[in-house]
Amino acid sequence: MITAIETSGLTVRFGNFTAVGDVSLTVAAGTRHALIGPNGAGKTSLVHALTGAIPASSGTVCIGGEDVTHLSQAARVRHGLARTFQINQLFRGLTVLENVTLAIFERERKTRAFWRLAASDKAVIDEARSHLAFVHLDALADRPVHSLPYGAQRLIEIAIALATKPRVLVLDEPAAGVPAAQSESIFERIHALPRDLTLLFVEHDMGLVFRFAERITVLVGGQIMTEGTPAEISADDRVRQVYLGRRGHHAAA
Amino acid sequence: MAGIVSVIVDGIAYGMLLFLFSIGLSVTLGLMRFINLAHGAFAMFGGYVAVTLMNGYGVPFLLLLPVAFLATGLFGAVAEKLVIRHVYPMPELQQVLFSIGLAFAAGAVANIIFGPQQQPMLLPGWLAQRISVLGIDITGYRIFLIGAGLVAAAALIALFSYTLYGARVRAAVDSRRTAEGMGINVSLLFSLTFGLGAAFAGLGGALAVGFLGLDPTFPLKYLVIVLMVVAIGGPGSIAGSFIAAIFIGVIDALFKYFVPEIGGFVIYAVLVVMMVFFPKGLAGGRTA
Amino acid sequence: MNSVTSSVTSSVMRIGIGLPLFLVAVASYFLFPGQLGLIAHLFILAIFALSYDLLQGHAGVVSLGHAVFFGIGAYTTAILGRHGVSDPLVVLVLAFLVSGAVAGLLTRIVVVGNDLTRLLVTLGIGFLFFEAANKANWLTGGADGMPDFEVGRLFGLYAFDFMGKTAFWYTLAVLAVVYLFLLLVTSSPFGVALRGIRENVRRMHAIGAPVNRHLAVTYIMSGAIAGIAGALLAQTSRFASLDMLGFERSAEVMMMATLGGTGSIPGVVLGAATFGYLKDMLSVISPKYWHLGIGIVLMLSVFVLRSGIAGALAGLARRMERRA
Repeated sequence: MITAIETSGLTVRFGNFTAVGDVSLTVAAGTRHALIGPNGAGKTSLVHALTGAIPASSGTVCIGGEDVTHLSQAARVRHGLARTFQINQLFRGLTVLENVTLAIFERERKTRAFWRLAASDKAVIDEARSHLAFVHLDALADRPVHSLPYGAQRLIEIAIALATKPRVLVLDEPAAGVPAAQSESIFERIHALPRDLTLLFVEHDMGLVFRFAERITVLVGGQIMTEGTPAEISADDRVRQVYLGRRGHHAAA
Repeated sequence: MAGIVSVIVDGIAYGMLLFLFSIGLSVTLGLMRFINLAHGAFAMFGGYVAVTLMNGYGVPFLLLLPVAFLATGLFGAVAEKLVIRHVYPMPELQQVLFSIGLAFAAGAVANIIFGPQQQPMLLPGWLAQRISVLGIDITGYRIFLIGAGLVAAAALIALFSYTLYGARVRAAVDSRRTAEGMGINVSLLFSLTFGLGAAFAGLGGALAVGFLGLDPTFPLKYLVIVLMVVAIGGPGSIAGSFIAAIFIGVIDALFKYFVPEIGGFVIYAVLVVMMVFFPKGLAGGRTA
Repeated sequence: MNSVTSSVTSSVMRIGIGLPLFLVAVASYFLFPGQLGLIAHLFILAIFALSYDLLQGHAGVVSLGHAVFFGIGAYTTAILGRHGVSDPLVVLVLAFLVSGAVAGLLTRIVVVGNDLTRLLVTLGIGFLFFEAANKANWLTGGADGMPDFEVGRLFGLYAFDFMGKTAFWYTLAVLAVVYLFLLLVTSSPFGVALRGIRENVRRMHAIGAPVNRHLAVTYIMSGAIAGIAGALLAQTSRFASLDMLGFERSAEVMMMATLGGTGSIPGVVLGAATFGYLKDMLSVISPKYWHLGIGIVLMLSVFVLRSGIAGALAGLARRMERRA
């Protein structure tokens, strides 16, 4: 089985500060893999380096067996790697539908066409609606994004990422900034994602992590402290000390 | 040989003036993230203040300089407090539009009050004479300009590196919110800094009348070259601006001397090349 | 407002706003027979402003040197005219191609870098071309400009007459074509991508968009259309001059687009026409006060009426809708 994500010695340095130090992470295809760690552990930097938003100082990144280390973020998206952002990065002035159709147009390389009407592409619009239906937002398709509540916007993040037809989806704190009731529904949608899609998600809420993750990597100070199944991680004292601490009672059995 | 040295000295003197013009813009850009395309208007203001005092009231040359410095600084600080600070949070397009409008308006006001012609300035005798340095004749004024530039640079570096004010500025550049949280009055800091930048530009303008001339097209004439100094030197970096200013001044002078037919616009070609290879400036955007 | 789903309707709506404008333009031929030259000039300014707003209003890129392409269009026309190529439509196409080609050469340095870099580079390019044209007076006539080059008859039939009749219909036709073309482009997938770049360029990278390529295409398109505007001016005024390349003209086109309502195609047309008309009226009275006036208006424009004329009219329409 091809591994979906494989990094080898991935390092990110900002001047004298090492945000990510020699991380060798492997994520098998189709798994739901969680990345946890205390604040400042380097999780988001790792995600940026993985997706190509920032260049790695050293090390390699392979997606589906292909070395993408020297590819730009956009090129990695074409290789099937999509991400959602911790803080919404949406096209706020566009409608919900336009946010998703844009991703599809780019995927299909149809954005070269300046001589056709965007609205006339039924296939693209139908596909966009199906992605919106998946996140239960199809009724809001024609609303401008900035008018939607934050929780709905988080779901649009996911819809846009899905529209790029990724093989690997990296979710950076998908429920961040959303009240507990809504984060349930967001994760419910994540759980409903097709099994052939590999998921790597960064998350703070341990309840959600233990419910939805099949494998967990713990990042501390930019380095991998340990990896394992949810049961192993919740039993690990070091993890408890460094991260779970007072919140140990959240660990699922 | 003497010719080239003289040209280089001219270039250095020009660079010193450019430094004085640009330092305010560099700090403003680095600190307030405000693109002020009208910064040259402050230099022009200082120039006209100096000319009015000298030609209208017979004020001696050396006294003109601190007066131009203070007057422009005050004008800048007041403008900042009343109007300009409201433009800081606006997006780039609005900042560009506002500052272009300001540049046009300033030039127009100068034109209306003083007319479009060049302003004459009579340099005092002791500056106009030629002095022999290492066997080469250089006009005293060039040496004066170079001296003034060095003093200004030293003063600014000392100010930003060693004083409490400088520390506060550097803190605010790093993180405004943290600085405010520490009790630093950031908006006062901005006014002071803006005023300081304007003051140096005004000083430069006063000094420039006898070297570059003065007319209402001043703000736009030197806009590109001032922006170049800031972009190449790195916004917020005093040392960077200094080096970039000298570099550009000397290159400009050398090209005008050796290839006068194209000399004038080589400097723009230099700009384009530098921007392609060093998009973040030579100093990489650090503060002084 | 521009929902993709109802976009056929909305396209008709957008043309719909253009249709009354077009009719007003046509009517002006009969209403102001003594001003046809001026009106043709306003049409030309509208084309120029539309070309610029493709960059600024749709892609969100501010360029301080757009007059370069306007001037290249004008000088191409003049130089071709001096060398015997004078059929207006042929020259128009050639000017379009030359301006587009120059824009193509410049894309690498314009598209790169952050906003400050781009401001500086576009500013520098503007001054560079201005100085180059100034110095190369064997080609361009330098500061004196290029008068008296041949401009042939349109379709071999219609000479550019003193009254400006030919110029009027010619420039109006080109404006209509450019207007419709830009409506199409902004309603296309490419147009959506441009709006995406303007709204959130980070997100564009994250969906695999070739942002630099999109910007390059936009820059070339807008440069080529600006070249058309410059060629039209040279053809109708039979003159090409340095100010057509200069910074003031670059600043003016930015003002026209912004005052009209950046991002709104009919708004920009209105802005250009208004600006051009005011300039014609006021700057003759006193150029100094004209500069002071536009300086003040520009400074005010960032505080009031941010969305320009188009925004003000849209706001009015919304308020009237609510009352109804």
